[in-house]
Amino acid sequence: MYDMKALYEAFSVEEAVALRLAHPEAKIIAGGSDVLVQMREGRLAGMELISIYGIDALRGVSIDEEENIRIGSLTSFSHITKDPIIQKYINVLGEAVDQVGGPQIRNIGTIGGNTCNGVTSADSASTLHAWDAIVELTGKNGVRRQSIREFYIKAGTVDIRVEDGEIQTAILIPKESYENCFGYYHKYAMRNAMDIATTGCSVNVVLSEDKKTIVRARIGYGVAGPIPMRAESAEAAANGQPVHMETVEAFGNAVLNDIRPRDSWRASKAFREHIAVEMAKRCLIEAILRAGGEL
Amino acid sequence: MERQFKKIKFWLNDREVETMVDVRASLTDLLRNDFRMTSVKKGCEVGECGACNVLIDGECFNSCIYLAVWADGKHIRTLEGLLGPNGELSDIQEAFIEETAVQCGFCTPGFLMTAVEILESGKEYTDDELRKLLSGHLCRCTGYENVVRAVKKTMLRRLGKAEGEEK
Repeated sequence: MYDMKALYEAFSVEEAVALRLAHPEAKIIAGGSDVLVQMREGRLAGMELISIYGIDALRGVSIDEEENIRIGSLTSFSHITKDPIIQKYINVLGEAVDQVGGPQIRNIGTIGGNTCNGVTSADSASTLHAWDAIVELTGKNGVRRQSIREFYIKAGTVDIRVEDGEIQTAILIPKESYENCFGYYHKYAMRNAMDIATTGCSVNVVLSEDKKTIVRARIGYGVAGPIPMRAESAEAAANGQPVHMETVEAFGNAVLNDIRPRDSWRASKAFREHIAVEMAKRCLIEAILRAGGEL
Repeated sequence: MERQFKKIKFWLNDREVETMVDVRASLTDLLRNDFRMTSVKKGCEVGECGACNVLIDGECFNSCIYLAVWADGKHIRTLEGLLGPNGELSDIQEAFIEETAVQCGFCTPGFLMTAVEILESGKEYTDDELRKLLSGHLCRCTGYENVVRAVKKTMLRRLGKAEGEEK
């Protein structure tokens, strides 16, 4: 038995919003692979929970009328990986979330829960940052959209307005972000399964038609700072530059101007800085190759 | 504080069942306490070891971090459902015995249910893929090699590709 004060179940977004307004102290539970563990450990013991796991309308991937890729917040990691739209347009996201925990965790864990936790190590977060994802929140005032970079406020805190009864309902990838874009994610961890990223890096590029120039490069990190982040100096060092190993070098080295890793029991700051540079280079090379470029 | 219950109905090993469940219960609690499905083991209880793994609508879940109330309307399968009408073992269980993939046995039911999901996909996986698919289980006797061998053997047999076998 979980040490739970009460459980409220929502089966529609409207019900979830109403429950959230009625029970502002309650914690939202999606798949529960974080919430229930924290409840077991005592951190969330005695809390009230609002379960949104039963809202089937929040599952699945589609292309909406604005041509955004729309990922329902309750879509599980394994369903994202298997989804044909994801595989076609943003395969790197499917690959990234295929490295979360183990198979059973990927069946229960949701992309909404992964981002709402606000933790820097979330395997989806660096890719969502690198692809300028938009977070859709629904509350009593209707739908609000927020860029993923603004959504993360500080470690463990995201921009969800409980007073408005908000829950996250979708993650959108805009067309200008995914069109002709190819990416690669690298997770550095001690083990191949059931481990949290020491550092995670996601890079994507758009190449010119002749595949000789990097038109746009974007890079996102997890565990390179208190929240997931972009490395803008690195992007500036690659944008408009020729597809060449010199560009890759400059890109990787520029990362150190942006990232702010810390010492933790998992790895030292120096080690994280070292691998962050190397990961940036490797990811850029892979992204270029996937985009049809030659190095 | 008042206790909170919910009436739920679901399919357990293809049998429709109904019960009143305490909302604080995990699916492990429900399956063990209310239905005596003791193959569902209580290991870590935080979703790391896979001993409590069951199939829900065809996918593997650690039942220790799955609320019992969420079982409502679902098809749930446990190891008990693998047995034939007279208690015969299924091919994957036989393969675990043949390959000595069982030592203390505590992780075995969880491993077997993941193996069922793998086998029922009807796909042929590489060794690396099999290892990844089985990576959500801890075996403290560390008998992983034999587990991989048993799953691979059954996969190939079912696909009619059994290697190096007489039959």
